[in-house]
Amino acid sequence: MLDKNGIAKRIAKEIKDGYYVNLGIGIPTLVANYIPEGINIELQSENGLLGMGPFPFEGEEDPDLINAGKQTITTLPGSSIFDSAMSFGMIRAQKIDLTILGAMEVSENGDIANWKIPGKMVKGMGGAMDLVASAKNIIVAMQHVNKAGESKLLTNCTLPLTGVKCIKKVVTELAVLDILPEGGFRLLERAPGVSVDFIKASTAGKLIIEGEIPEMVID
Amino acid sequence: MINKVVAGADEAIKDIVDGQTLMLGGFGLCGIPENCIAALVKKGVKDLTCIANNAGVDDFGIGLLLQTRQVKKMISSYVGENVEFERQLLSGELEVDLIPQGTLATRCLAAGYGMPAIFTPAGVGTEVAEGKEVRNFNGKDYLMEYAFDADFALVKAWKGDTAGNLIFRSTSRNFNPVMAMAGKTTIAEVEELVEAGELDPDQIHTPGVYVHRIFQGQKYEKRIEQRTVRKKD
Repeated sequence: MLDKNGIAKRIAKEIKDGYYVNLGIGIPTLVANYIPEGINIELQSENGLLGMGPFPFEGEEDPDLINAGKQTITTLPGSSIFDSAMSFGMIRAQKIDLTILGAMEVSENGDIANWKIPGKMVKGMGGAMDLVASAKNIIVAMQHVNKAGESKLLTNCTLPLTGVKCIKKVVTELAVLDILPEGGFRLLERAPGVSVDFIKASTAGKLIIEGEIPEMVID
Repeated sequence: MINKVVAGADEAIKDIVDGQTLMLGGFGLCGIPENCIAALVKKGVKDLTCIANNAGVDDFGIGLLLQTRQVKKMISSYVGENVEFERQLLSGELEVDLIPQGTLATRCLAAGYGMPAIFTPAGVGTEVAEGKEVRNFNGKDYLMEYAFDADFALVKAWKGDTAGNLIFRSTSRNFNPVMAMAGKTTIAEVEELVEAGELDPDQIHTPGVYVHRIFQGQKYEKRIEQRTVRKKD
């Protein structure tokens, strides 16, 4: 079973040289720590920056330079800055190669719910609906089951949707799965020490298992 | 050269009245029109509809207008860093219209470009789509979203000149240029106001034609919402 950093490490292996990547809040943010040597990418922050750098050194914070999580950050050589409309323009026009974001639920037909829990304070969708509706390549980083042990990979989402039929790949603490165009989670890899039967028991949506399922290679 | 300069925030916002719709630039607390917000609090106009990506924090940004109950409705993409906001929302004192961030930005852009509506895939198949026209282009569904119609846009720039031309700094640009284009009347507050001719025309982000009033803010606190740093080795 993977911890959050393990999920981030596995997702980092999906990133290819030359990619422009948008990372959501939570586990996706950790992916930036595990970009393989020799892979050059640019991170997009949807408040209006391409080429996001690390946090500033103490005392060098610039209140005018933040990321979409409102954290102080830095630029890198080659960075560019633009307004919010252009930022979502490049997302809508599919100039961003890969979007990595978290989810509360994903369904077997690729629907995602990650912005609202009825009865709880709703903070808003931010840029999530724009990202999932437009991105050509989305990887969801999420927990396979909730704290009560119930599956979050479902036949149909129960929470209000963020987007429909848009998710193609999911990485959890248990497995890597892709979502087939005709519906269903196809099991691609198992987390170290996790059995196919355990993944079966943890997946409420339709699970497709073809042949031997290899264990993930993380490091 | 047309001169857009007004003495200060109080004069700039003097004709904003109860019940009007305002756009306020900024992302989080970054690039917000601090001086205009302070002047609105002082003036006490109420029942405002505020179009802004966020609603500030309890004691800064739009949070200040919430504390004084001057806001009737927020149109935002992400809110709730704010206890008073939550209280007013749950008690029904405050209306909130949550819309996707890209839709928010592009509805501003449409207003500034003279286009009545846009088509975006954001929100298709979700509750955001309820009651909206859906059109299919090249096999994909899009929602029709209308251009915003705001009485005033309040924006914050780094530098501006007496002709109203604006230059923004770093990610404090965010929503400011598109809101500047979108207001029926646009008020720009700047950190440094210079004479027309001192800014390089090639470097202008917002042409002065979109800006009706400009002034240099008295002071800028520029509060940081999430201070994140790394240690020097």
